[in-house]
Amino acid sequence: MDGTPGAHGDADADVCRDVDGAEGRAVGEPAGGAFVEVDGLEKVFPVRRRTGFLKRERREVRAVDGISFTVGRGEMVGYIGPNGAGKSTTIKMLTGILVPSGGRLRVAGIDPARERTRLARRIGVVFGQRTTLWWDLPLIDSYRLMHRMYRIPDARYRENLDRLVELLGLSDLLNVPVRQLSLGQRMRGDIAAALLHDPEVLYLDEPTIGLDVVSKARVREFLREVNAERGTTVLLTTHDLQDIEQLCRRVMVIDHGRLMYDGALAGLHEAGESERTLVVDLERELPPVRVPGTRVVRVEGPRQWLAFPSSQSAAPLVARVAAEYPLVDLSVREPDIETVIAKMYAERSDERGDGAGVDTPGAVR
Amino acid sequence: MTGRPVAECAAAARPWTPEPAPGGSRLTESLRTYRLVAGMWIRSTMAYRTSFALTVVGNLLITGLDFATILLMFAQVDSLGGWSLPEVALLYGVSATAFGVADLVMGSMDVLGGRMRDGSFDTLLVRPAPVLAQVAADHFALRRLGRITQGALVLGWGLVSVDADWSPVKVLLLPVAVLSGAALFGALFVAGASFQFVAQDAAEVQNAFTYGGTTLLQYPPSVFGRDLVRSVTCLVPLAFVNWVPVSYVLDRPLPLGLPAWTAAVSPVVAGVCCALAGLAWRTALRSYRSTGS
Repeated sequence: MDGTPGAHGDADADVCRDVDGAEGRAVGEPAGGAFVEVDGLEKVFPVRRRTGFLKRERREVRAVDGISFTVGRGEMVGYIGPNGAGKSTTIKMLTGILVPSGGRLRVAGIDPARERTRLARRIGVVFGQRTTLWWDLPLIDSYRLMHRMYRIPDARYRENLDRLVELLGLSDLLNVPVRQLSLGQRMRGDIAAALLHDPEVLYLDEPTIGLDVVSKARVREFLREVNAERGTTVLLTTHDLQDIEQLCRRVMVIDHGRLMYDGALAGLHEAGESERTLVVDLERELPPVRVPGTRVVRVEGPRQWLAFPSSQSAAPLVARVAAEYPLVDLSVREPDIETVIAKMYAERSDERGDGAGVDTPGAVR
Repeated sequence: MTGRPVAECAAAARPWTPEPAPGGSRLTESLRTYRLVAGMWIRSTMAYRTSFALTVVGNLLITGLDFATILLMFAQVDSLGGWSLPEVALLYGVSATAFGVADLVMGSMDVLGGRMRDGSFDTLLVRPAPVLAQVAADHFALRRLGRITQGALVLGWGLVSVDADWSPVKVLLLPVAVLSGAALFGALFVAGASFQFVAQDAAEVQNAFTYGGTTLLQYPPSVFGRDLVRSVTCLVPLAFVNWVPVSYVLDRPLPLGLPAWTAAVSPVVAGVCCALAGLAWRTALRSYRSTGS
């Protein structure tokens, strides 16, 4: 596999680390546990700002500031964080679009910056906000190009195409020019294009952005299936907490270029001490509801908002409210991910004092 | 980080090995990519047939008018800087044909800056194909055949009507000059594209060298100031596209008093320029910063 041993000698050295249980893997490929290896990854952008006529100030922006994690084969990981946190920059380094400023990076044992083209055959990328499909041509033409560009064996191409067309409901769209597709249809078309060559890992950057509820559900359902049946590793960045909840067992939170949290979604709520909200509609206007473990955050006529810790089950609270108050209707609102992260970030920088810590506690477990 | 649940059916998705590009030298791979992408653009253009037909006609008209300006000049004067009309036609023909070839092959590289601004350049980088070939074939437009046709017609007319003392070397020199010229202009396009990584709205600077350069070369070197001729010979060696070889063919003194053998070095000059442009491209690609999202 490795034609040029000199180019990635250090990769081979690292591979030897956890050899156990890795039978039949290709030479030069990391053992089952670590398909994506990221160690102390950094990306620094020099920014020149005009401060006056011909005068410029040079500044450095650390978009990714020492991130380390590994992703195993077949895992499905959500990568979340507020705008400008460094999510996309990380994905771009993982796919070889950007060259890292520092740190070590391996995907399937390949250094993306050195061997972008070789890596490209083994990964699939979906950019939620821009299409890779050919705007003026029927959808099928874009797939034919993939077929030839990736040198997919004919039988395999036909098989994959049939399966993807069926799963994503594209059969009526294949001969429609891409410019005439709706956003949801185009997204499904893009996802199919990214999977025709059987990539081992699929990166999705905001795959459900701007989609309606039905399209979102369809995309999620499909991703779950690809992950379960083909064992494709999936890494997705999103703003939509529901994407994560429905798809990923593991979530990584990044903010200001640092990994804030890496673990299960439930743990994130604990770590962020986030609160869910119980919205109750009473029969009439009443004084604030008093139930232990909750606090009333807002009252508006007969409607009241009760905050309670996310780690706590809503069921006993609902039972209690229903038993003690004249309840008409209720709903539970999940905490907004940005709030959770903002809160977590504020607390972390409080703990560190000046925020100069090397790594946040609990960020790497 | 171990002990995390990993799906059991790992590696099931890899029954075929996508590894080696068969017979894949970089050049054949680039040509293959170019053919694929250019083919897609031709089909895209054909989605708007009327528009295509109109641009072809428009293109022929505009390039046709280009030589008409020179004809108009000769309606007033008998020679331009000591060069007769057929001689200028020869100059024009070599330059326009060479530029036309380069323009057809990679003339849309000025859209690269736009691609970087809107982020669609990223999508080219995740393909298992040489980026330069993808960028060169970007917006491939058959309408550019118009410029080659027009240049070749003028060249043909110049050849039959010029009064030259032909020898085998001179006959061989002209096609060599056209091909080297195309490579030289191609190198300029690539260099310009590399510069767009630094300044993404620099496409016009590139056009100044390419389109501006070809216009410059349509006139004899003797009508320009010595400094300009010197910089076009030494800095951006456009003089080797037509001034030097055509001067030799016509038994005229070479620009800047260059020795006669330099008429044959056009391919070398073009080769060096291509190598430099390739280097610039590689450096630029590594410094690519992408957009925010």
